[in-house]
Amino acid sequence: MTAVSAIARRELWSYFVTPVAYVFMVIFLVLAGLLTFYAGDFYDRGLADLQPFFDMHPWLYLVLVPAVTMPMWAEERASGTLELLFSLPASIAQAVLGKFLAAWAFIGICLVLTFPIWITVNYLGDPDNGVILAGYVGSWLMAGAFIAIGTCMSASTRSQIVAFILTAAVCFLLLLVGQPQVVDFFQDSLPPRLIGALGQLSISRHANAIARGVLDLRDLVYFFATIVAWLGASVIVLDLKRTR
Amino acid sequence: MIEADRLTRCYGPLTAVDSLSLRAEPGQVLGLLGPNGAGKSTAMRMIAGFLTPTSGTARVCGHDIRKEPLAAKRALGYLPEGAPSYGEMTIREFLVFMIRVRGLERDVAFRRFDEVVSRLELEEVLEQTIGTLSKGLRRRVGLAQAILHDPPVLMLDEPTDGLDPNQKHSVRMLIDAMARERTILISTHLLEEVHALCNRVAIIANGKLLADATPAELEARSRYHGAVSFSAQGSGVSREMLARIPNVAMVEVDPLDGRVTVFPRPGLPILEDVQALLRTQNLQVSEIQLEQGRLDEVFRQITTQPRGAQA
Repeated sequence: MTAVSAIARRELWSYFVTPVAYVFMVIFLVLAGLLTFYAGDFYDRGLADLQPFFDMHPWLYLVLVPAVTMPMWAEERASGTLELLFSLPASIAQAVLGKFLAAWAFIGICLVLTFPIWITVNYLGDPDNGVILAGYVGSWLMAGAFIAIGTCMSASTRSQIVAFILTAAVCFLLLLVGQPQVVDFFQDSLPPRLIGALGQLSISRHANAIARGVLDLRDLVYFFATIVAWLGASVIVLDLKRTR
Repeated sequence: MIEADRLTRCYGPLTAVDSLSLRAEPGQVLGLLGPNGAGKSTAMRMIAGFLTPTSGTARVCGHDIRKEPLAAKRALGYLPEGAPSYGEMTIREFLVFMIRVRGLERDVAFRRFDEVVSRLELEEVLEQTIGTLSKGLRRRVGLAQAILHDPPVLMLDEPTDGLDPNQKHSVRMLIDAMARERTILISTHLLEEVHALCNRVAIIANGKLLADATPAELEARSRYHGAVSFSAQGSGVSREMLARIPNVAMVEVDPLDGRVTVFPRPGLPILEDVQALLRTQNLQVSEIQLEQGRLDEVFRQITTQPRGAQA
């Protein structure tokens, strides 16, 4: 466990000594604010909740999370530090977990920094803060799933740009798959059971369910399983790359 | 102790390391010597756990790298080729990270940190960002990282590559000082390094082990071994007279400076006979030398043999 925390600390620390963290935070906070007020009709809805704010998160993550995860392994490989890292008494799984936790904690920090909007909505009205908290949890879990996908993509390729595009593409698919337009499109060509199963794969569906304030075990299992599966795939990819 | 047991690594059709078996004991500095691309780094990367062997295995202090990789890595200090490290960290931050990953106890960590920093003379630059350091300093940081946990086995991939002569000297002093109770494996393509550091040499070319001997044994394979060379005023001594000495095989005269080299028949002493001849001829000999043998010549001879002739 010491190895995991050491790697996670170093990784998180490295975000903050390079401009990555600050650029990310500024863009994330500005966009989250702007989109909520302009695209999300925060005022016109006349409701004291953060629904428009959380609705924007999948699309923000879609662009920003791959940018955070793309250097995760690709850069270690390019700079040769991967050789150093793998010669240390930490297993690949520990290294993957450490790096994942660092990125996840970083997104967590960004989410915490959106607190002014929570203050705003509490100032303007009388929202259900339990639902808002659930919204934050759902958003953070969704970010975790995206990061796990990004981890795997970064482990798979030397090129950071390829890692970025692949991560964004897979995350986009997982967002799309539950949208009504997509479900309708396949309505006639696929058996209903399969469409139902596809819908269950949708990230947004599970995140929205949590955002409504219901912490359903199935949704938690979905995110947990997604994260574990992609991190497991990362370990396998990294291990396979040692043999080639 | 390091043991390589038929270690093999293929990259597609290319066999980078071909059934390499080696063994180094505590107190030994084993030099992996070979031309560029011989497979030295690949062999080390497998032992360090960065690459998986295609077949065969290695043991570090008895821990099989495939069955107990973490135990093997704990016993190993490794300086990868080019001494990579995290450029955005300061030396202090980097070493602290290494201490944390290796899970050193607090009091041990403090002691080792101070020891290593003073040994590698890093006190003055501890707060410098590694990315801004010179090549020599970076190499020292890499070495510091490798010896931080006081490992019984050290593996250094080209530890003095790219260093200036003073830095080379201090790195060699360091390795020498650590050699007594440790097993050290270094790779190099510098023959002077073998002389300065190693008490055993393994010569590798095309991934195969071609020779495993002490530097002196290798030198004995040289045709220069036991040869006598001298510079003399005038040309009173003829090649024929030297060649008539019973144990002499051949005489060569350097066309540039007139230095004469007398080669013996293998294993036979000729120094006294040559000296006696020179004395009887009353020559002004400015300098005379008994050659130990030339490693570079042996190296070239071993590593450039046609592939079919390799044992």
